[in-house]
Amino acid sequence: MGEPAEKLVIDPGIDETIKKLSPDKIEATIRKVLDKETAARLKVYLDTCVHCGLCAEACHYYLSHNRDPYYSPVGKVKQTLWEIVRRKGKVDASFIKNCSRIAYTECNVCRRCSMYCPFGIDMAYLLLVVRRICNFLGVVPQYLQDTVNSHAVTLNQMWVKQDEWIDTLQWQEEDAQDEVKDARIPIDKEGAEIMYSVIGPEPKFLAQLLGNIAIIMKVANIDWTMPSFDGWDNSNMAMYSGDFEVMARVERKHYEAAFKLKVKKIVMGECGHAFRGAVYDGPKWLGWKHPPIPLIHAIEFYYDLLSSGKIKVAKKFPDPITVQDPCNVVRGRGLGEKLRYIMRATCEDFRDVSPRFEHNYCCCAGGGVINCGPPWKKTRMEGNRVKAEQLKATGAKVVVTPCHNCHSGIEDIVNYYKLGMHVKFFSEILIEVMDIPEALRA
Amino acid sequence: MYEFVRGPLVWISFIVFFLGSLYRIVAMLWMAKKDKVVYPYLSLKYSLRSLLHWVIPFGSRNMRKQPEMTILTFAFHICLIFTPIFLMPHIILIQQAWKISWWALPKIVADIMTLIVIIACIMFFIRRITNPTVKFVTFGSDYALLLIAFLPFFTGFLAYHHLLPYKILSLLHMVCGEVMLMAIPFTRLSHMLFFPFTRAYMGSEFGAVRNARDW
Repeated sequence: MGEPAEKLVIDPGIDETIKKLSPDKIEATIRKVLDKETAARLKVYLDTCVHCGLCAEACHYYLSHNRDPYYSPVGKVKQTLWEIVRRKGKVDASFIKNCSRIAYTECNVCRRCSMYCPFGIDMAYLLLVVRRICNFLGVVPQYLQDTVNSHAVTLNQMWVKQDEWIDTLQWQEEDAQDEVKDARIPIDKEGAEIMYSVIGPEPKFLAQLLGNIAIIMKVANIDWTMPSFDGWDNSNMAMYSGDFEVMARVERKHYEAAFKLKVKKIVMGECGHAFRGAVYDGPKWLGWKHPPIPLIHAIEFYYDLLSSGKIKVAKKFPDPITVQDPCNVVRGRGLGEKLRYIMRATCEDFRDVSPRFEHNYCCCAGGGVINCGPPWKKTRMEGNRVKAEQLKATGAKVVVTPCHNCHSGIEDIVNYYKLGMHVKFFSEILIEVMDIPEALRA
Repeated sequence: MYEFVRGPLVWISFIVFFLGSLYRIVAMLWMAKKDKVVYPYLSLKYSLRSLLHWVIPFGSRNMRKQPEMTILTFAFHICLIFTPIFLMPHIILIQQAWKISWWALPKIVADIMTLIVIIACIMFFIRRITNPTVKFVTFGSDYALLLIAFLPFFTGFLAYHHLLPYKILSLLHMVCGEVMLMAIPFTRLSHMLFFPFTRAYMGSEFGAVRNARDW
């Protein structure tokens, strides 16, 4: 039966912090969350679940572990929230340790299971309630907590200082000008059409993506800008650690930057969780029904550029290529059709995945799981064998991941399962195939 | 005893069922106000879209993936709800009490539908003890709920076919039916009451906020 294998992961964020917990503190914290923060949804979800197990088929962890009951969505809720509620918060520190591991590293809050539950019970929400409790108790995987600390201090995810940020933009602008003369990254341009925002890891590790966007914007002749000040980072790990106070500060700052620059809309880079944070989780917490200013994801932006002819394709990408539907923009925003449009518009040999659209498997990196860092990498790899099988079945040589989490997660999976594929962002394909008029070339 | 079960207890169980259900739904609607996201996102169009896909057999991907379970649950729930309402002896009792009546199922059909409920309960029980995923999340209360649903149909079937002394069986049958009615609002059988609401919310969130499908 599905008892967990011995878990030998060492994570000071969990192992050390539980030593400071007392039964009273645990109980009081749980009471606070259950009595003050949760209401109808939690109560009704708990009273409605008939323990039928039909959600299990949805979960990539469950499927990848040969249908081990321990990993089914309802199984995870049983081991955490059901016990917490049944024991009215009288649980011990080792129980909280278990909860933290399950909620942060064995669930991507991808919401696939809520499409498989006959009642539409939102199990991701239930696991987020567990994360909220763990957050208040300070029992959060160390790497994840570090990104949250960075958000709290710098309002970006990677401890990037303002001078480093500006320097990176200027460096990338110069690099872009090697390809396209007059390519610019306009900083703090008030009244621009578009504010472009990215996630913290772009300036930190993937700066060439900023150069790429400068080229794309120039070729498409877009009036755009990026803020030099806080609010440039649209990522939000606090949303996943359960620190909703910090989450809200980050989201508010992001929108405030757009208002300060008086732009018409925000376009965000290829990231899924950032979109989720900016479009619903953040606004919900801030009491906004919808974002206060239109915000579109890169997929939609590239769709507009390609379908309107602002960017033309010179020569389609030749190799067999497939795509990852990021949960937070496909199941979370229905961008699956547009994603396929831009893939077909730029690629010769597009091979679709199965299952796809809303039913696609999560990359297993999302929901903050990859941000829990190297200690938990094996959990992600073993937890997503089905993804490797799904990608392999396409026979593609390249997989496009229009989401940063998907990109890193799938790169790991490609290596771990030796799939021999390349993982690319869509912008990298676009840069390769788009028509750059001779007059613009450097 | 027999008179009490046949008379006042019927009244009591119906009152408990209706008032209890009303209370649960009103309490839920009130609590939903505290859960600030619920009402702003509710959308009639997307609620109905979601409900439609989930009340039609094989309307969702998961139902198509697990055809045996889909057939079993649909057969079970349809028979469980409609058999008691359209059963001739039940209608006759109501006619005697209130002088109202409605269309009744042919005897043979009602008999088969009762059997379907009985068989489905047994299958659910077997699934609970043999499927590791289901077993992992099964509690004593899950068996109790199954038993509560099973007994009225089982005793009714036995009584109708006079397989055991009729008087005792019909007494048992009435008690079991009354227990089930009273249990609906206060146990997880309340999923019957909450189903339209949980679906409506998830359908709305998927449709209106996420621009995606939830089936």
